[in-house]
Parts: sequence; C-alpha cells; structure tokens
Amino acid sequence: MNSKNLLVTKGLKAFVADFEILHGIDLAVGEREVVALIGPSGCGKSTFLRCLNRLHEETEGAHVEGSVVLEGIELYDRKSDPVALRRRIGMVFQKPNPFPSMSVFDNVAAGIVLQGVKNKSVLQEAVERSLRQAALWDEVKDYLDRPGTSLSGGQQQRLCIARALTVKPPVLLMDEPTSALDPISTAKIEELVAHLKEQMTIVVVTHNMQQASRISDRTAFFLYGNVVEYGATREVFTTPKNRKTEEYITGRFG
Amino acid sequence: MISRDLKSRLMVALCYALLALALVPLLSILYTVISKGLPALSLDFFLKTPVPVGEAGGGIGHAILGTLLLILMASAIGVPLGLAMGILLSEYPKRKTARALRTVVEVLSSVPSIVVGLFAYAVIVKPMKGFSAHAGAVALAIVMVPMIARSSEEMLKLVPTSVREAGLALGLPRWKVILKIVVGGSIGSLIVSVLLAVARIAGETAPLLFTAFGSQRWFQGLNQPIASLPVTIYNYAISPYEDWHEKAWGGALVLIVLVVGLNLFVRMMWTKRRSTRS
Repeated sequence: MNSKNLLVTKGLKAFVADFEILHGIDLAVGEREVVALIGPSGCGKSTFLRCLNRLHEETEGAHVEGSVVLEGIELYDRKSDPVALRRRIGMVFQKPNPFPSMSVFDNVAAGIVLQGVKNKSVLQEAVERSLRQAALWDEVKDYLDRPGTSLSGGQQQRLCIARALTVKPPVLLMDEPTSALDPISTAKIEELVAHLKEQMTIVVVTHNMQQASRISDRTAFFLYGNVVEYGATREVFTTPKNRKTEEYITGRFG
Repeated sequence: MISRDLKSRLMVALCYALLALALVPLLSILYTVISKGLPALSLDFFLKTPVPVGEAGGGIGHAILGTLLLILMASAIGVPLGLAMGILLSEYPKRKTARALRTVVEVLSSVPSIVVGLFAYAVIVKPMKGFSAHAGAVALAIVMVPMIARSSEEMLKLVPTSVREAGLALGLPRWKVILKIVVGGSIGSLIVSVLLAVARIAGETAPLLFTAFGSQRWFQGLNQPIASLPVTIYNYAISPYEDWHEKAWGGALVLIVLVVGLNLFVRMMWTKRRSTRS
C-alpha cells in the first residue's frame, strides 16, 4: 500500500431530483491500492462509484455536490471536462456489456478508435496489450473477428475490462464485476485484480464479503448514504470498530 | 376422462387447422393474382408504354419505373427524417422536443393516407399549379416518416442503458456514443425498419391519387405527373376494357412480387442477424 493519495473525496453528496443519496462522503484512495466498498443494497456504493467518473450526473435529474480530487485536479471544477476526465478513470459494470455488433477486436479498440486513432499497428498492439492484461488474449487471439457478444459471460466481462484498459486509465472502477458470473470466472477476475493493482488503483463495489477480504487493501462500509467505517480490510473484517459493521459482515442484517 | 396425450394431440390438430384457415386468404390472393396476372406478362409489358385502346400490345413499364422513382425520392426525404426522429425519441426521451415529437409522430401515423394525399395536394400541387412527382414523393415520405421513427426508436431502445454508460465511461462524447455505438450497433435492425416502410409505401395508392396523379408516358420530369403501379392498377381495373383488366392483374402481380420479395428479404436478414447474435 502506498501512502500517497491518488483519489480524494470531500463532502461528496449525490442527489437524484431532491432525494439525497449520499450525505457527504470523505474517502481517500491511495496509489496502486484496491479499495472495496461494501454495504447493503441501496446504501449508495454504486452511486458513489458513479460520482468518481461523473457518470452519476448523466442520470436524468441527478446532480452532485462536494469535491472529488484525482491526482491533484478537482473533477467537479467548472472548467473540468467530464469526457476528458473519464479517459483517466475506467469503469467495469455489473453485467458484461460489450458493444453490440462489434467484434472482439473492435470492442477492445473502441476507446481509442473513436478518439481518432487509425494506425493499424498501433491498434493491434493496444488490443493485444489490453487483452493480455485482462488475461483473455490466449482464449480469444484466434477469434478477434467474432462478435464480442459471442463470448461466454466470464470472457465478456474480461473483454469489458480489456476495453476499459485500452485508454490506459490510472484508476479502474468496478461495480459488482462478478455478481453475474460463475465461481470459476469470478476467481479469474479476482486474480486479474491482484495483477492489475501493480499498475493501477482499483475501487470495487462488491456484495461478496469473502471477495472484499480476498482482493482489497482497504474496505469502506456504506450504510444509508454514509461511510460508517473505513480502514484496512483485515481490521474491518476481524476487529470492526462499529457495531453495525460487525453485524453486517457477520450476516446479521443487510 | 381424456388422457393428456389425447388432449395434446387435439390442441396440435386445432393449431394446424387454424393455420390452414389463416393461409386460405393469403394463398387464394396469390393464386388469383398469379393465374390472372401471369398471362399479361411479356417483355413488352415491362419495356413499353400503353397503346391506344383497341390496339394490341403495349405495357406499363412507365408505371414500374415511376413507382421505383417515387420510392427512391420518398426514401431520400423520409429515411433521414424518420431515423433522426427515432434517434431523438430513443436517446433523449425526456426532452421537451422529444415529448412533443412523440405526440406528432403518433398523430401522424394514425392519419389516413388519403388525407396525407390531400395535404400534399394543398401545399404542393395547388401552389405549383400541377400534379408532380415531387408532390407524390412528399406524400409518400409523410407516410414513411412516422413508421420509421417509431420502429427505429423501438430498435434503439433495445440497446441496454449500460452499453451507453460504458461508452461514456470510456471518455467518449455522448454524440459519438449514440452514433457509433448505439446506432452503429443497431444498423441491421434499422435497415429492417427502413425496408418495411419502403415495402409499405410501394403499395400506397391513396396518397398518389391527387399528387403524382398518373401518366401514360415515360418519365417527363420531376415537376410533371408520373405514373405508379398502384394508381395504374386502379385506373386500369375500373376501366371497361378487357385488355386493361388483364394489364391491371399483371401490374398487381409485379407489385406483389416487389412487396413480398422485399418483405421476405427483410425477414431473411432479420433471422440471420438473430442467429449470429445468440
């Protein structure tokens, strides 16, 4: 774990219409660290994640207050461009969502192709690098022309990770990335997270307590739009300071 | 008590019986049109214009060409407009313009096509002092636009929200996400909705009666009346001449082959897409 903070939120509040989902979140994520966000459904974990790449504001009637600083730059500054900043923060969703009618290759290349990169060898290199990083290269290298949707669920999710990696973001957000996958695919994704953290910072929402304890350095426990407890994963799971955290991780509510 | 097996057999038999019943009108239409229309077909039928009543020979090539031209012109207006509306309706459903547009499209799609023809007559034929291919194409385009708008909206809505979000999360501007990922990813189904609208206007008669009007000659220019298959069939069918009746059947056969052919082509493409997707 690195002591330098890469991503810091201060008093982060999220709204949809007049409803306040997050009540002022202060959270700091270090460089090359994996932070797990846990908590019962509807507690605001996913919303928090979507505030980090300014995706929350794309929802109809939604807005955000407070501050998110990435590498010293305020994301919610009036001058900041959400489109540009999202290239610095990748995202993986709950259900695998490859782009329809695009081949495996086109899916992985989409992020840079649609930004104007045309050089074939550059694209080929980028696609191979991303697929290798996502531990998918060996399985799909002979099927790069097949539709992305023809892969299995677990492969599709790794395809989506590869797609996010192509724009080389220093931060990767994962919103319950394994909740739609079988145990073997889940294990592969967890392994992948362990590799990726050598190069990047990862914030992952999960409903799976074992997963949080396996893959994360620090864990934040969300409840009713607040962070109840945030600390080293081992401590949160073995000696939680808050009674609510203990009740949740031992399965007494949630 | 009847055994389950017997019940199942009875239900299957019933389904086949109903299917046969449903096929009766379709097959009898096809049979009639083919048996009466086939004798009219000849090379001249496709390549010549009508000859004066009483003389043998001649054809309705002008009407076939006219219909193709009208379809092309109407599509040039109607397809881009309809697709643009479909995209607006599906991608920005809560905008005020989209809400207003939805009402307009719904009203437009329920307007009888003869009224569309009257409208084009009032705004184009009257001011321009004459029937024209322009007016016919505009009338057909007005029939097309709401069809394409509604069906393309439905097709685009099939793309999950999370796919759009994935595009945004990659750092792409929304317009690129819509054009390259949502529209680009649905191109096959959008072609289907366009072709269905084309098949529909190919057989429309009412909007052409007081717009394109009809003609006995080859193409005379876009600001002149132009013949079309449906209107020619109508005129020939109500005439008292035996020879014209036969030509009307021939025209009906050509029209049916055109529309059914397009329909089958669309369906084949559709099932092919489905099978490659799953």
